[in-house]
Amino acid sequence: MLELQNVSFQVDSENGQKEIIDSVNLRIDERFVAITGPNGGGKSTLAKLIMGIYKPTAGKIIFNGVDITDKSITERAQMGITFAFQQPVRFKGITVSDLITLASAKELNTSQVCNYLSEVGLCARDYVDREVNESLSGGELKRIEIAMAMARGTELTVFDEPEAGIDLWSFKNLISVFRKMYDKTNGSIIIISHQERILNIADRIIVIADGKITNDGKGEAVLPELLGTQSATDACTVLKNKVDME
Amino acid sequence: MALDKMQMNLLKTIADLEKVPDGAFNLRLDGGLAMRNNTENITIETKQDKPGIDIYIKAGTKNERVDIPVIVSKTGLKDLVYNDFYIGEGADVLIVAGCGIHNDGSEKSEHDGIHAFHLAKNARVKYVEKHYGEGEGTGERILNPTTEVDIAEGGYLEMETAQIKGVDSTKRVTRAVLGDKATLIIHEKIMTHGKQSAETDFAVDMNGFDCGAHVVSRSVAKDNSHQHFTSLINGNNQCNGHTECDAIIMDNAGVTADPKLTANHVDASLIHEAAIGKIAGEQLIKLMSLGLSEKEAEEQIINGFLK
Repeated sequence: MLELQNVSFQVDSENGQKEIIDSVNLRIDERFVAITGPNGGGKSTLAKLIMGIYKPTAGKIIFNGVDITDKSITERAQMGITFAFQQPVRFKGITVSDLITLASAKELNTSQVCNYLSEVGLCARDYVDREVNESLSGGELKRIEIAMAMARGTELTVFDEPEAGIDLWSFKNLISVFRKMYDKTNGSIIIISHQERILNIADRIIVIADGKITNDGKGEAVLPELLGTQSATDACTVLKNKVDME
Repeated sequence: MALDKMQMNLLKTIADLEKVPDGAFNLRLDGGLAMRNNTENITIETKQDKPGIDIYIKAGTKNERVDIPVIVSKTGLKDLVYNDFYIGEGADVLIVAGCGIHNDGSEKSEHDGIHAFHLAKNARVKYVEKHYGEGEGTGERILNPTTEVDIAEGGYLEMETAQIKGVDSTKRVTRAVLGDKATLIIHEKIMTHGKQSAETDFAVDMNGFDCGAHVVSRSVAKDNSHQHFTSLINGNNQCNGHTECDAIIMDNAGVTADPKLTANHVDASLIHEAAIGKIAGEQLIKLMSLGLSEKEAEEQIINGFLK
């Protein structure tokens, strides 16, 4: 369904050109794919390349057999790609209901808007007419962002760290949202995440570090390797030594 | 007298009226009185010394509405009018004023409305004013409203003004004097396009103990239009004053914000916020990622901003 062919993304830096994404080849046909890896490794950039927010400096992106490399954000959205931002955008005057309605691309009545909000754990009555502005917390915005992705219900949805900022909301609910989308859209979900409980339910886990794919495989194969990485072991040793000293 | 279709459309745009209302009503059409209706509590009288009307609202009047729309449909007309509102003690009313200009000709059409509000003790008013211009002619459409507000102890005036579109030049002046525990809230919305210019000038004297003022202007300047926002708040007693100018600038437009705060009392708390900038790129990207074109996204952002 989605294919990245030799995709690179370079930016200018103090030391000349820096490869944020370095010749990535990837084909995704699975329904539920998690992308993980260290901060600054290129995960969010990859998501933005898929949505068309960034244009690759080399390579091609193919969606359902169509080369979308030169297609705009709007065109990609209309073809069936959705991107839920890591840091949702605030607006002045635009309400929660306005955004959910725009996302669904059809007129919605209040109870339909409320259904989407309830799915993400927001008491709909309190939120429908709220402006999506500074008065909403990061966690509230995050849930609205997920509700918008549900309302769109497209063939491919990319979530950039959906769990960040919604700590008080149980992951059970978040996972049930993904499962519902999975059933309803019959499409694929790509989630950028560091959360073990999300990685746990992925059909496939892709690890990205330094702009390259460093591990890729079925969830049950990749996850144990991730949990036993050198960095994880080191942290435990440091902690263990500290505890021993005390 | 009956209004024609164009006049009814203007009335709908500026006052949201589909028909002549049952309540207190005064329609000024092309410089003269066209229709009037008084109620038991609200009396509208024609001024004897100059053009305009006096509106008297009895003390204690509740939940009534006064509509005083103005329509200018002749090219070359310059209309100057003085409207004085006397709102009795403890009254609570909605006042809707608006001016629509339809100019199909080549000469300029202008309406200058000087509105003075005198609020007695504990009176509450919500004042809504919409300005709109249309027509195929090359003649300019000019609206210069002046609003003078005097609020006695415990009084409250909330003013919503909107210049929707089609007004070539406007100079909007608002002067207010607040008594003890009086409150003034102003929400102004302006959109300019083409070569239009808009100037707004607020000055509030916060004289009363514990009075409050909240003046917010939101504007969008497109094409080659220009806007100038001036506000002056004088805190002369223990008071809370806040002004905010928030503008979106597009194309080759220009916006100037010129806020001034003067505190003449140690317990005067005054704040001004001003922000001018283009539409945030991330807002456009978000809406485009929902399938909107860049132009549609821009419209949504502006409509929301001026809602």
